[in-house]
Amino acid sequence: MTASKASDALHLQTLTELARGLAGGEFSSRELTESLLERIDAHQKSLNAFITLTADEALAEADLADKNRATGAGGPLQGLPIVHKDLFCTAGVRTTCGSKILQDFVSPYDATVVARLKSAGAIMLGKTNMDEFAMGSSNETSFFGAVTNPWDQKMSPGGSSGGSAAAVAARLVPAATGTDTGGSIRQPAALTGTVGLKPTYGRVSRFGMVAFASSLDQAGVITRSAEDAALLLNAVAGVDPRDSTSADQPIPDYTATLSDSVKGLRIGVVRQHFDEGLDDECGKTVKTALATLEDAGASLVDVDLPNIGLSVPTYYVVAPAECSSNLSRFDGVRFGHRADNVKDILDLYCRSRGEGFGAEVKRRIMTGTYVLSAGYYDAYYLKAQKVRQLISRDFNQAFENVDVIAGPTAPTTAFRLGEKTDDPITMYLNDIYTIGANLAGLPGISVPCGLVKKMPVGLQLVGPAFAEASLLSCAHQYQQITDWHRQAPEAFR
Amino acid sequence: MSRWEVVIGLEIHTQLATNSKIFSGSSRSYGAEPNTQASLVDLGYPGVLPVLNVEVVRMAAMFGLAVNATVAKRSIFARKNYFYPDLPKGYQISQYELPIVVGGELFIRDDAGDEKRIRITRAHLEEDAGKSVHDEFEGSTGVDLNRAGTPLLEIVSEPDLRSAKEAVAYMRKIHSIVRYLEISDGNMQEGSFRCDANVSVRQVGQVELGTRAEVKNLNSFRFVEKAINFEIARQIDVIEDAGVVVQETRLYDSDKDETRSMRSKEEANDYRYFPDPDLLPIEIEDSFVEEVRRSLPELPHVKCARFIAEYALKEADAEILTVSRPLADFYEEVAKATAGDSRIAANWIIGDLSALLNRDNIDIQDSPITPTALAGLLDRITDDTISGKIAKEVFDGMSTGEGSADEIIAAKGLQQITDVSALDAIVAAVIDANPAQVADYRAGKEKLLGFFVGQVMKETGGKANPGQVNQLIKQKLS
Repeated sequence: MTASKASDALHLQTLTELARGLAGGEFSSRELTESLLERIDAHQKSLNAFITLTADEALAEADLADKNRATGAGGPLQGLPIVHKDLFCTAGVRTTCGSKILQDFVSPYDATVVARLKSAGAIMLGKTNMDEFAMGSSNETSFFGAVTNPWDQKMSPGGSSGGSAAAVAARLVPAATGTDTGGSIRQPAALTGTVGLKPTYGRVSRFGMVAFASSLDQAGVITRSAEDAALLLNAVAGVDPRDSTSADQPIPDYTATLSDSVKGLRIGVVRQHFDEGLDDECGKTVKTALATLEDAGASLVDVDLPNIGLSVPTYYVVAPAECSSNLSRFDGVRFGHRADNVKDILDLYCRSRGEGFGAEVKRRIMTGTYVLSAGYYDAYYLKAQKVRQLISRDFNQAFENVDVIAGPTAPTTAFRLGEKTDDPITMYLNDIYTIGANLAGLPGISVPCGLVKKMPVGLQLVGPAFAEASLLSCAHQYQQITDWHRQAPEAFR
Repeated sequence: MSRWEVVIGLEIHTQLATNSKIFSGSSRSYGAEPNTQASLVDLGYPGVLPVLNVEVVRMAAMFGLAVNATVAKRSIFARKNYFYPDLPKGYQISQYELPIVVGGELFIRDDAGDEKRIRITRAHLEEDAGKSVHDEFEGSTGVDLNRAGTPLLEIVSEPDLRSAKEAVAYMRKIHSIVRYLEISDGNMQEGSFRCDANVSVRQVGQVELGTRAEVKNLNSFRFVEKAINFEIARQIDVIEDAGVVVQETRLYDSDKDETRSMRSKEEANDYRYFPDPDLLPIEIEDSFVEEVRRSLPELPHVKCARFIAEYALKEADAEILTVSRPLADFYEEVAKATAGDSRIAANWIIGDLSALLNRDNIDIQDSPITPTALAGLLDRITDDTISGKIAKEVFDGMSTGEGSADEIIAAKGLQQITDVSALDAIVAAVIDANPAQVADYRAGKEKLLGFFVGQVMKETGGKANPGQVNQLIKQKLS
């Protein structure tokens, strides 16, 4: 094992450690930023984790942060480098969503998540690669090419926040933002040995996130420790007047409760999550992790989510339905790709969209259009909404007896690039354990809990709405007694 | 009696008079430079989200209560999906299955003059689209998104209307109500108040409805009447020629006074409505509804009944005076300020004053003759200072700013001659000058009284009191 410590090279330190180092004057924000930019530069070609880099702006901001620190000014993330998934709008820096249709799109405004991290003092180094419009579980649907998994570059890092996960796993940056509609933060986190937090629906504003499926999309973070995720959640959580679906709920200091013990914590283990479909070795690894938590004082309770098996088909009705409508604005009229030499308005729409969108996005637009069509709405969309209610009820009932639900994040470790691209159904099944939390709007976190054939495995914790604090403390306590999260892929130590 | 029965339902779109748009903070005032009142939300930029302007909820509730409808405790915004260049998001945010106002009614006069109840199916909130500008750009189309996101209340009637006239009467009532409530400026030239008409015909006695055509975007009362009448005649012609009316959307061309097919049922969009996940349901508490109810102004039909009772007006006059709030307020101010007959006040406003305002295209609020000034004129009629005829001359003077009634009467010496001795002399002179007529009158030709009165009025330059003159002549000739 190769575990890192605070005295290690800067790129191996966690966000929390770096914050301490900056505060203690051990290094400057410029030194930190420069060293990470060098690493990014060295590995971008093989990893392809970034779509856009903002080195010059980052260095200018780092200098400013160093100046502020000298005068005692600045926020809690003063001078700390992060990166944003390329579907968060960033004023003046292009936001592509991994799509040709937006390859030259520059947003005139910052997403709320971006603005809040900026005002907390964080420095953006760049925008990360992703599945096109967040539709994918392998990062292969990106117009800018697939991202490779730092643990084995023949493998997919997962998706859709694959660029963010790979960048954090490869120790190019300490933390990244991501979005999770059906597992797009947690699944790549699991496949890259990082921590991925998807907060409760409404916990973090969606304003400025290019919408995929509005009732499921949620912004979150990918880090190397639960502690870092808590630090970042403190900065981004909270109601936003520009997002009606953001929740006006109190925001606890998520770092304050990290030391809460797991003694007496009731952890629900979902029987259905260990059924067929789960790789044996992964299953064993997750069970070992659960035993570790039990040894630390938690109790394991069997729980039943009777309708959880319907979550994938339910998701693949609801999400495409919403996406078919959300993506209508990409019509070539006001922004984004517009086809040349069009004959008329219909030709403008058909060719701009035909040329601008990739195959997976088109598949979902067509599926979504179909399930909302007259004569099919009741059979698909309405029925899916009803099943969604049932799944949500299942979770609520389970949480009457347990504090968190734990299980595998993904059915296997990372799969080969190209392995599933011709088989969308198999690809969709990769999110079988993560989708439920999106359908029910619940918070979930994936933490690294072992390696199978030298590839990381993720332990997923799902909690009741707005119970991020207990997920984070449980994960943090697990990371106090294990060091899986400290392990870096061999080529990136 | 025609063997055809006409069935009409109207969908009225009224822009709500909020300061900002329904889902963004942009101003919604009319006539700004293209695309200067369109924010990123109105432009449908990636990542932006709609946030409901709660003012529209209050306005919709006011309308609902004014037409005796139910204000829904829970209503939902839905997306209506279709592609059009002036629809930036590729969908319109509207309400579909659960609208904010359900099941109202109002009363109109039918063609026979009887009171008739028209049911209102629903009224729902939605956003207006932008405008495509076709004529200013050679070979291409411009898009102005200033109007995009303007709040609309779409008011849908049941197919209870049976003629173009009834349709117009209904539309006028709605127009009057939204302006009373001050939830819309009702400006039809600017498109603040427009309607689509669903028109069908069937044989008298037939139970099932005929196939309807929807005539789009009618933006004046006159066009509504003309378009519907054209459509009725067209449909009857089709059926009488053994043809079949097809379900379709038609556009009214006011230049040619005809409707033209826009798209057939087969070409109609499948709008794929579904609840908008970006917006929460509108939840309305009973206490809010009660608060809105208390804030309602007196409505046209209530005011009309009150005017009849309080000012002894004929129903027709009361209806005219209560069409708009400013007109009703003007009337009531005059009626209260004058010592004279409130019915005469009504006649002056409906007659001379309205004619004057129409001629000069002036709103009642900007009338050159104020209510107090008009009351001053009416008082001089009542106290016999001037006759009704002279009053018209004084009124003309007032309208051109010559001063108050009293000032003009004094300046021009228009007071009536009420001095009996002075009139006596004139009457005597007239009788002396017309012996033949005097003889005829005395022989029983009493109609000649008018002749004598006319002669006296002529001699006095109209300043004698006709009633008094009448009396004097009768006395002298008896």
